[in-house]
Amino acid sequence: MSQLLLDVNGLTMRFGGLVAVNGVNLKVKNRQIVSVIGPNGAGKTTVFNCLSGFYIPTEGSVMLKNEQIAGLKDYQISRKGLVRTFQHVRLFQKMTVIENMLVAQHRHLNTNLFSGLLKTPNYRRLEKDAMEHAAHWLKEVGLLEYANREAGNLAYGQQRRLEIARCMVTQPELLMLDEPAAGLNPNETKELDELIIKLRDEHEISILLIEHDMSLVMGISDHIYVIAQGTPLANGTAEQIKGNPDVIKAYLGEE
Amino acid sequence: MSEFSLYLLQQLINGLTIGSTYALIAIGYTMVYGIIGMINFAHGEIYMIGSYVTFIVIAGLLGMGMVSLPIILIIALVVAMFIASTYGWTIERVAYRPLRGSNRLIPLISAIGMSIFLQNFVVLSQGSRDVALPPQITGGWNFGDPSVFEVSLSYMQVLIFIITFISMTLLTLFISRSRMGRACRACSEDLGMTNLLGIDTNKIIALTFIVGAALAAIAGLLLGLYYGVVNPFVGFIAGLKAFTAAVLGGIGSIPGAVLGGLILGVTEAMTSAFFPSEYKDVVSFGLLVLILLFRPSGLLGKPEVEKV
Repeated sequence: MSQLLLDVNGLTMRFGGLVAVNGVNLKVKNRQIVSVIGPNGAGKTTVFNCLSGFYIPTEGSVMLKNEQIAGLKDYQISRKGLVRTFQHVRLFQKMTVIENMLVAQHRHLNTNLFSGLLKTPNYRRLEKDAMEHAAHWLKEVGLLEYANREAGNLAYGQQRRLEIARCMVTQPELLMLDEPAAGLNPNETKELDELIIKLRDEHEISILLIEHDMSLVMGISDHIYVIAQGTPLANGTAEQIKGNPDVIKAYLGEE
Repeated sequence: MSEFSLYLLQQLINGLTIGSTYALIAIGYTMVYGIIGMINFAHGEIYMIGSYVTFIVIAGLLGMGMVSLPIILIIALVVAMFIASTYGWTIERVAYRPLRGSNRLIPLISAIGMSIFLQNFVVLSQGSRDVALPPQITGGWNFGDPSVFEVSLSYMQVLIFIITFISMTLLTLFISRSRMGRACRACSEDLGMTNLLGIDTNKIIALTFIVGAALAAIAGLLLGLYYGVVNPFVGFIAGLKAFTAAVLGGIGSIPGAVLGGLILGVTEAMTSAFFPSEYKDVVSFGLLVLILLFRPSGLLGKPEVEKV
């Protein structure tokens, strides 16, 4: 139950002479919500980029289910069950909501080109399964009625939820959300909060979160890591972090 | 109808004939640009190779004593599409994929190099002189009063319309309905995100080159039969025209490429109707400049929105 899903050790990322991330350690267990917080420019997104294969880390190991994934291509990492969102919405804006969901299942529709052209029974069955799976997740995030809308025409909060649903149809074990609450109103943030908890409790996945909304982070995180200027500063439960003088100093500056 | 309007009708038919083949080639430019944002300047050479393969296959089959023209044409079409696609795939694999992620200018130069290479490769293997094939599809319909002006619509032109129409319909179905087409559209919107969703985008890019090359081969067969002559340099000018068509319609947009091709073809035909035909390139490229000045993203292209 509480096995180690992601184990990051000594993650370091240098761009020329600039050390963006310096010896970061992260552990995410199964069915855990883990947050990474830190002041702007602390290197949180760089950590995400290293984990998701966007950058190849200069040093350190990234183990997903006891398997080294540092250095793999981004699509290989996502196939191993680690998917992410970005700070800004990256939907396929000109495609419909349902098409966004189907593209994400592309590789599960493991058929060749010709069966697609000829629409073989097997192909139809797989398409139908993908459609049902997509519909299921659209319902979970409350977007089923918008299935045939162009994704770009949805409200911002809906686009955020669609992104999460699109990640979920790829059947990840670890979902990484980069500032999912950015730009949401308090109501939408609350819905997001409930959705993230539901993902952990009902769908049994782990979530790694970067977030600035402290009430969201403190309310839902099982464990919190604090990074400042690329270097790990503290980690612990919400209570421990709230009372940590180093963290307060990093956020508010010294007197 | 008056002589003048019949004459215009004739030029319209001729223009649409050429224009639809420009459109077929332009789709290859526009699809590749839509996905990886590069101009594949070797695409015109693929069209030229398609023409050569057609000629070789038809001459070979005729030489072997085959008489059924439809069967000969179908075999020629299949072989030309297959070989051109192989070239398209290989070019991408050898000359573009290793350069992906580098400065935009670098694959462009590689493409120009590839174009020169293919042209000279054909010169060396097939000779640089015109290769002619006797007209295979002759005859047509004539209408209008012969004493005023007779409009002719040849069977060859009809064949060009039909095959172009079928190709475009199949392509539209492929792009809008199939799983691969869906992935292509996803790639053209956000290549990085498509990758992150676990799709091997290299495969989708390769597929784009294959589809584009197959369409160029169809154009190669049609124009080869229409003109009855081919040489290693036809790809250059045809490629330039198709590229113009793609830009005219809005590069990255498939309907735009079709529209651009047809407009370009008709413009050329109308120009040669009233001016010496040497002016047709002046007018069509002049049109390109005007469109770029007043609508830089082309007729159907969406203006680039500055992302914040």
